[in-house]
Amino acid sequence: MAPSIFQKLFGSGRKSEDPDIVPGQKVSRRSTGFSEFIKGISREQNLKILDLGSTSPANITFMTGLGHRFHQEDLLRLANDKSLLLPSGDKGTAIDVDRFLRENLTFGREEFDAVMFWDLADFLPEALVKPVIERIQVAMKPAGTMLAFFHTKDAGPEAPFYRYNIVAKDTLELQPVRGFRLERVFNNRHVENLFREYASIKFFLGRDNMREVLVIR
Amino acid sequence: MWKRKEDEYVPPAAEPTPSPSHAPAAAVPTPHRPPEPVRSEASHSHEVATIGKSVVVKGELSGSEDLIVDGEVEGSITLRGQSLTVGPNGRVRANIEARNVIIHGRVDGNIHASDRVDLRKSATLSGDISTARISIEDGAFFKGGIDIQKPEPGAKIEPKPQVSAAAAPTPAPTTSQGTLLETKKM
Repeated sequence: MAPSIFQKLFGSGRKSEDPDIVPGQKVSRRSTGFSEFIKGISREQNLKILDLGSTSPANITFMTGLGHRFHQEDLLRLANDKSLLLPSGDKGTAIDVDRFLRENLTFGREEFDAVMFWDLADFLPEALVKPVIERIQVAMKPAGTMLAFFHTKDAGPEAPFYRYNIVAKDTLELQPVRGFRLERVFNNRHVENLFREYASIKFFLGRDNMREVLVIR
Repeated sequence: MWKRKEDEYVPPAAEPTPSPSHAPAAAVPTPHRPPEPVRSEASHSHEVATIGKSVVVKGELSGSEDLIVDGEVEGSITLRGQSLTVGPNGRVRANIEARNVIIHGRVDGNIHASDRVDLRKSATLSGDISTARISIEDGAFFKGGIDIQKPEPGAKIEPKPQVSAAAAPTPAPTTSQGTLLETKKM
């Protein structure tokens, strides 16, 4: 139906359901790393899965459909809570890491069988990266699996932040989300160093200037 | 600009109700439209209690009818077999037990719904969910665990990609079944 003159002048009046989502730019992407991750958690039911990305109905549906329990924590959104900022000398502000860890990722020891970390390490405030990785390690069961993505340097500083929606056992839908900037790019050595307290790490060749990593606790 | 947005929680327009003292003569529209009870989104067959947006309740809230909370509730809410709707102005800091729970506002607390939990796009929920079915709209914020209690094999879990054109809820008289009730003066 053609828009009325009011719609042309004032817009349709309909907001997108999530104002941070960039409309119309979803991209489907096959992922070897994700496929391996799913194989690992499909052998049993009633595992406990942690998703640290943006709230995704598709992910909840998929994981609970596999018979697993699901825990969600939108880590990047929580990390960018402005109330966490403290004045810091001449430099402006610094994030209150202690408070962040008191209020978030408050899990029991060895609680999760698998974690979807996505590419959060590339976007988190610097001060939170290592503490978050350490906290997740404590919360994972021995031999638990974490899926993580890392941008390569070819991604460029304008690489968007995506919400990763699971569409199939080997396919993700990438939905760009406004408001977050790529903070850093890890090389392989940096990635290995980040997960040095974990048991093992496996790299997969990804697409779209992305490295995919499976980490075993 | 006057078109109602069907996908938003819209305060219902008042509708005329017949007064028993008026003679049943030829229809003459009454100038005033007293509010009618709000209808729960999940049930239309019986009365619904409402906590309006200026109302604050602290304590244990329980009842045997549907409840709409558009104010503040702190404590616990138990509505076994009934539906709870947290309106867009609703602020609930309580554990909730009900048959269906529909959230437009903010909830801090665990939810046990024997049938369904529905997070609308403006919902913010921090707490664990235990339910048979769950629906989460794009835009909803959720922090916590989900435990799907499947009563039988093949129980459906429905993501909610679009909001269906729901009937506009009717206005609420400010009645409540709370055990403690205080009115917050704005």
